[in-house]
Amino acid sequence: MKATKLKTPARTLSALLLTLAPVLAFAQEEPTLSAGDTAWMITATALVLLMTIPGLSLFYAGLVRAKNVLSVLMQCFAITGMISVIWAIYGYSLAFTDGASLNAYIGGLEKAFLSGVTVDALSGSIPESVFMTFQMTFAIITPALIVGAFAERMKFSAMLIFMALWVTLVYIPIAHWVWGGGWVGAMGALDFAGGTVVHINAGVAALMAALVLGRRKGYPTTAMPPHNLGYTVIGASLLWVGWFGFNAGSELAADGTAGMAMTVTQLATAAAALTWMFAEWINHGKASVLGIATGAVAGLVAITPASGTAGPMGALVIGFAGAFFAFIAATKVKVWLGYDDSLDVWGVHGIAGIVGAILTGVFADASLGGSGLAEGMTIAGQVWIQFLSVLATLIYGGIMSLIILLFLKVTIGVRVTEEQETEGLDLALHDERGYIL
Amino acid sequence: MKLIAAIIKPFKLDDVREALADIGVSGITVIEVKGFGRQKGHTELYRGAEYVVDFLPKIKVEIAVDDPLVDQVIEAITNAARTGKIGDGKIFVFDVDQVIRIRTGETGPDAL
Repeated sequence: MKATKLKTPARTLSALLLTLAPVLAFAQEEPTLSAGDTAWMITATALVLLMTIPGLSLFYAGLVRAKNVLSVLMQCFAITGMISVIWAIYGYSLAFTDGASLNAYIGGLEKAFLSGVTVDALSGSIPESVFMTFQMTFAIITPALIVGAFAERMKFSAMLIFMALWVTLVYIPIAHWVWGGGWVGAMGALDFAGGTVVHINAGVAALMAALVLGRRKGYPTTAMPPHNLGYTVIGASLLWVGWFGFNAGSELAADGTAGMAMTVTQLATAAAALTWMFAEWINHGKASVLGIATGAVAGLVAITPASGTAGPMGALVIGFAGAFFAFIAATKVKVWLGYDDSLDVWGVHGIAGIVGAILTGVFADASLGGSGLAEGMTIAGQVWIQFLSVLATLIYGGIMSLIILLFLKVTIGVRVTEEQETEGLDLALHDERGYIL
Repeated sequence: MKLIAAIIKPFKLDDVREALADIGVSGITVIEVKGFGRQKGHTELYRGAEYVVDFLPKIKVEIAVDDPLVDQVIEAITNAARTGKIGDGKIFVFDVDQVIRIRTGETGPDAL
């Protein structure tokens, strides 16, 4: 507060108000439960969980070879269980409480074991239990996304340990930085539903995993076409619908912003799906269902950080841009550079996430139909902040993921044997077959 | 006795089966196979990864018949399976040493 020299009557009045302030503040700020907000947020939480099981699970399962279909489902399901527990024990607390002197970087342990998260505890207008669980579903899907990069060749045990370490050392800190009171949110970065926290984060970790694990045996000369694109499209559809919970739910309330978040999500995704469809049509001569489904996902990723601030027309541009650059990354750059990011996690989530995060700064401006930038902020200024948030995620996420992966590589090993990879992970690692026809 | 194996285009199976029934052949074994001869494969594209798929799905039809029927069977299969385009398939004729009907133990032409 600025120190001012006040005349006596003003000083008296100020003193009076200051004495009353705690009472007034308490009366204004005491949260009350909104049934509407709560109902929506419980629903949104379920929708986001659906995005992982079975949305993402099926999306990925259809893309791998038949002999590995169960391994992908297993990984996603196991991650869901494991991260739920981790989140409850310490994840939620470290991400979303005050970390005192370290609060810029990490939260504290006051809510470890969900201490204080009681039946009546509120977070804004919804029960804290709902807020915590909603955030849990984000902590679940983010590591699950990485599965796509090391599909068909990672050891199950190493995968579990990697995910536990990654969520602890990468996801939780970055979630705190952006949403939990840390420095990225404090500097004014706009990331409504997780462009940085979820998509760029998972994307760069996926890139590291693809590089550390190495290419699949036979890649790229051996044909490894998706064995069941029907699953993939079902999965993509569940992702699209579930994403309403992801984006509109990030408003944490049932209000106009949530409604608009749903609108922009739909429009960006539609634009992105069409973009990839036409891009393939022009580039290859035919449009494919894998292409249109991937395009849709790219659009969903791109609109994620902007879903609380962009307007409908801005959403169309964001969707187009996200899909366009993801198309180049996944179909051209990846082939050109030769790394085996098996299911294009970096190409789609990483690249579209970066595009979306940057454009969030542009289309938040009221002149472009957005909800309006902060007072005194310009588009250029906001874009710069967005760029910094992207950079921070890439650098910290990338380096930390690399360290964890290399650590596991030299200790317990991360890749299955050649025989296991040839036999297929379903039989080799799980003693099961996906199809007994 | 002869075993006649015919590799045909899958959509021709019903025509071949009917043609065989018309000349009195009622026993038939069908196997799904893949292969290629002079018929070229096709390309598939999955997110920038282009694959040339050489193998084409085909159906292999096997019929065991007594010698007098062989020519009729070959003609029936040929007429039913032909489209005139590359990839129509081939017929192979093998000698059969012995045939046994499992249920009754009959052997030779009685088992056909």
